[in-house]
Amino acid sequence: MEAAMGLMRRIPPKQSETALSALLSLLPQHSSDLLSQVDQPLQVLCDAECGKEFILCEYNRDADSYRSPWSNTYHPPLEDGSHPSPELRKLEIEANDIFAIYRDQYYEGGSSSVYIWETENDGFVSCFLIKKDGSKSGHGRRGYLQEGAWDAIHVIEVGQEEEIAHYSLTSTVMLSLTTNDESSGTFSLSGSIRRQMNMDLPVSEGHLCNMGKMIEEMESKLRNSLDQVYFGKTKEMVCTLRPPPELVQMKLPDS
Amino acid sequence: MSDEEESQLTDKEKIEIAKWFLLNSPVGEIQYVAKDVKEVLKDERVYRIAAAEVFPLYNKSHMICLEFPDRSGEVLVTSFNEIDKNEYFDPRSAQVAIVDHLKQVCTDARPANDDELPSSYIEEYRCAFDAEIIKYVSEAYPKGICCVYCTNGKDMEGPGSSFEFVVVISAARLSPQNFCNGSWRSIWTVEFKDDIQLVEVRGKLQVGAHYFEEGNVQLDAKLECRDSTMFQSPDDCAVSLTNIIRHHETEYLNSLQTSYSKLPDTTFKDLRRKLPVTRTLFPWHNTLQFSLTRDIQKNLGLENSE
Repeated sequence: MEAAMGLMRRIPPKQSETALSALLSLLPQHSSDLLSQVDQPLQVLCDAECGKEFILCEYNRDADSYRSPWSNTYHPPLEDGSHPSPELRKLEIEANDIFAIYRDQYYEGGSSSVYIWETENDGFVSCFLIKKDGSKSGHGRRGYLQEGAWDAIHVIEVGQEEEIAHYSLTSTVMLSLTTNDESSGTFSLSGSIRRQMNMDLPVSEGHLCNMGKMIEEMESKLRNSLDQVYFGKTKEMVCTLRPPPELVQMKLPDS
Repeated sequence: MSDEEESQLTDKEKIEIAKWFLLNSPVGEIQYVAKDVKEVLKDERVYRIAAAEVFPLYNKSHMICLEFPDRSGEVLVTSFNEIDKNEYFDPRSAQVAIVDHLKQVCTDARPANDDELPSSYIEEYRCAFDAEIIKYVSEAYPKGICCVYCTNGKDMEGPGSSFEFVVVISAARLSPQNFCNGSWRSIWTVEFKDDIQLVEVRGKLQVGAHYFEEGNVQLDAKLECRDSTMFQSPDDCAVSLTNIIRHHETEYLNSLQTSYSKLPDTTFKDLRRKLPVTRTLFPWHNTLQFSLTRDIQKNLGLENSE
């Protein structure tokens, strides 16, 4: 398992789906570990009843069917698929509506889905998913990208006490972007990072408000570190391999 | 671990999977990938077959640089100077390096045979070109290794003949302790066409970087370009061809920097904005009101307008 995770850290993030399916076929005995520890690009299905797309993940899967958060039904139909309790379903509906607006404001498009289910110890878990296609063919794009994809997975475990709830958030962002033109060739960056965040917050603010704020903060952090740290490090590497002239000149007086 | 659920793959399928992982290793990381692949496979024989096939391909495509055992210099492993599967010609020292692909070392060297060396006419062009390229590479790349190979017409004896050189430049920086590896590879195919008195140049540039501290982010950038110059004396050709290469590679570095500088405000924004369209943080406190506004927008059909 450790070796499998080691491979996932080295294989180009764009190839992670191929890598995961190869590992699954090599190590069927570890399939549940692999599926829970390796994040892969999100898939969507269309909920024909509501005319809306919803995102698939392990958390809305039952057998080979996936539950749509919009109609609360399984696709393809499943007789006795599990559903959240009426109370959590109410929260789930609200979360999906609000999160769609949040997603629109930050992503100007894309799809989002929220799934909520109860845990054994009186708490619940919610999973917020966002998928955005930023490629030229993606809808409403400015067209800077030949190819672009952003997948975000936020899983929050909520443990409730009297007035304070404990929120434990694990977030993963996977992205890839490619620009392409004749004079500069193909320029492609892809990556995936995962981070955690824990918070104790008053229940009086409402779970949705608390979770939303955490996700918003986390997403901004992840975007920022991809932009500044991760992309920055690859740029630094390029400049180490072949220092740009201004760097060479700056160094000359010293030598 | 239970035995009942052992993998159902045939050896052939396992070999294919092992090869795929090895071939997709980032620059400088094939040995680490190999270690993990071995562990995942748990089948030494299958691993050996895959490794024997992939290591030579990987070494050549990454144009790795190995030191001669007597420390007299370095040799590049590329498909342009390959004499045999384990033999790579170094025109500068007129030696042939014997290479252990799996260990990625040069184990031995022998002097090149006469029939492996270019004619003196060709060597004059090659040598002058090599000298200029060395000068350029040492100025532009802190750790660049380069070589000029004759890939066609090496036995031509004098004027009136056409021939082809390949210039390779390989600069790798491996710094696994800082979770970062990268490489710059250029392949310049240079055709000396006697009939039209032109030298045609085709370049393939490839830059890769991998940063993997608590994550996995990779850069993969490529460019192909063309140019040409007059067929002149060896020294004049060397200078003008090196100028062409310098010019295109400098331009390419500039365009890479431009791509990076465009990231935050344009390219990345097409995926996710730094701030919402409203330019203020999302009003989680007022979500109730928000859904009402949305209902109104929906009713007015404004939902999808910018």
